[in-house]
Amino acid sequence: MSDAPSPEAALDSRGRPRVAVTGMGAVTPAGPAVGDLLEAVLAPRPTAAPIAGWDTEGWPVRFACEVTDADLEAVLGPKESRRTDRVTLLGVTAAAAALDQAGELGCDPARVAVIAGSGVGGLTTLEDQIGVRIARGPSRVSPFLVPMMMVNATAGVISMHWGFTGASLCVSTACASAANAIGEGMRMIRDGSADVVVAGGAEASITPTAMAAFARMGALSTRNDDPAAASRPFDVERDGFVMGEGAAMLVLERWDLAVARGAPILGELAGYGRTCDAHHITAPAPGGAGAVACMEQALADAGLAPSAIGHVNAHGTSTPLNDAAEAEALAKVFGPEGPPVTSTKGVTGHLVGAAGGIEAVIALSCATRGLVPPTANLDTPDPDLPVNVVRGEAIEIAPAPGLSNSFGFGGHNASLVVVPVEGAGT
Amino acid sequence: MERSEVLDAVRESAVELLKVEPDQVTEQAAFGEDLDADSLDLTELVMALEDRFGIEVPEDDLGDVRTVGDAVDLVMAKLGSGASA
Repeated sequence: MSDAPSPEAALDSRGRPRVAVTGMGAVTPAGPAVGDLLEAVLAPRPTAAPIAGWDTEGWPVRFACEVTDADLEAVLGPKESRRTDRVTLLGVTAAAAALDQAGELGCDPARVAVIAGSGVGGLTTLEDQIGVRIARGPSRVSPFLVPMMMVNATAGVISMHWGFTGASLCVSTACASAANAIGEGMRMIRDGSADVVVAGGAEASITPTAMAAFARMGALSTRNDDPAAASRPFDVERDGFVMGEGAAMLVLERWDLAVARGAPILGELAGYGRTCDAHHITAPAPGGAGAVACMEQALADAGLAPSAIGHVNAHGTSTPLNDAAEAEALAKVFGPEGPPVTSTKGVTGHLVGAAGGIEAVIALSCATRGLVPPTANLDTPDPDLPVNVVRGEAIEIAPAPGLSNSFGFGGHNASLVVVPVEGAGT
Repeated sequence: MERSEVLDAVRESAVELLKVEPDQVTEQAAFGEDLDADSLDLTELVMALEDRFGIEVPEDDLGDVRTVGDAVDLVMAKLGSGASA
């Protein structure tokens, strides 16, 4: 990191405003705080368990990674929480933690933007209300259905709750949503349209219909007899992903302003790539072509050679197709002696539109600590995958930039480069 | 039906749906200013009362409901017209 900008430098090597991460919040199946998430992924301690939220009798997949021990009504209070879908409660709770860590922003609220990603938005409410409409007719449909289900509700509620009047956007690119939201937020700061961006993603789609639908696609692991072993990225016995839920939000801030107000600088967001496979609505492009272009774009954006990357937090969903295409893409970008790769989805399951958010949190925290989490359940690495995946225990590395990948149905690819800073206490 | 019974029902629904305290729900209390309810909250409250009393309240009638007392009046009128029909 000898060519890294000095801690005081406001601009990067290309003359663009640097972007600091000054707050991180994550509400995940591992617990309501970032610390819970890090502890679980480093252990590693899988969070998949039989679904508690509804009766799964007769469902082909009866387990998931649910958020079970978070007080989701604390931020908005009981009345607002009643008229807010679970996905937004998760997002708001993560945003509150991130903003609490960032401290007093001390800037014009018009300079604060929000970009919240989600794959599907308020699916719980939509599904409930379709049931009400069928059972009891149109006059019984809740007047809150629209504001609760709309996929942009999380962005709107975060802006409203904290009074942020800058841009408020929703990015919906399936499983790449949160990574795209964070990347687009970084670009907003670079282009001067915001000084602070609350960016991340939220998802709460462990509903009966969604679980039936993903199972019908053959996308989910059916390891009902051993949920904790079901999410096994890059393992030869992998048979699909495990549905997760939760949210993660980052506070991104123009570097010089963060330094000037004495904000806790947790790290730097330095690179962002986004491409589309333009190949198939759900299957990755052969050879991971779109993912290769995406990672190369993110590295170029950060001004880093592949050799500068200390570890990769892979998308690594535990589906046969994703892990094969991603492994091939990683080999193309980094060569045969690439950096250690991990997939933390072995622990968290796949948080869909929130996945890129929690993985950005993990990637930055681990890059800072110099630790690469092991991939849970990776008992027998798939011999056909040309990639160096960490298994067993966390490994120590020198603190170095990390790359986090997120790929979504629709062919959406997003990669983020996170860079640790000395003295950051993540 | 006694007016006090209808008021009790409105109070019960308001406490559940609007998360207010029972003693805030007086006949004089205004839904907007006193109970922090918007038009969506009011629609939901009236839906609860429709279910409870087996009445139908057209959307147009909600415009005249400003206070808890107005809601009680509305329910009493619907019950009355239902009885005479």
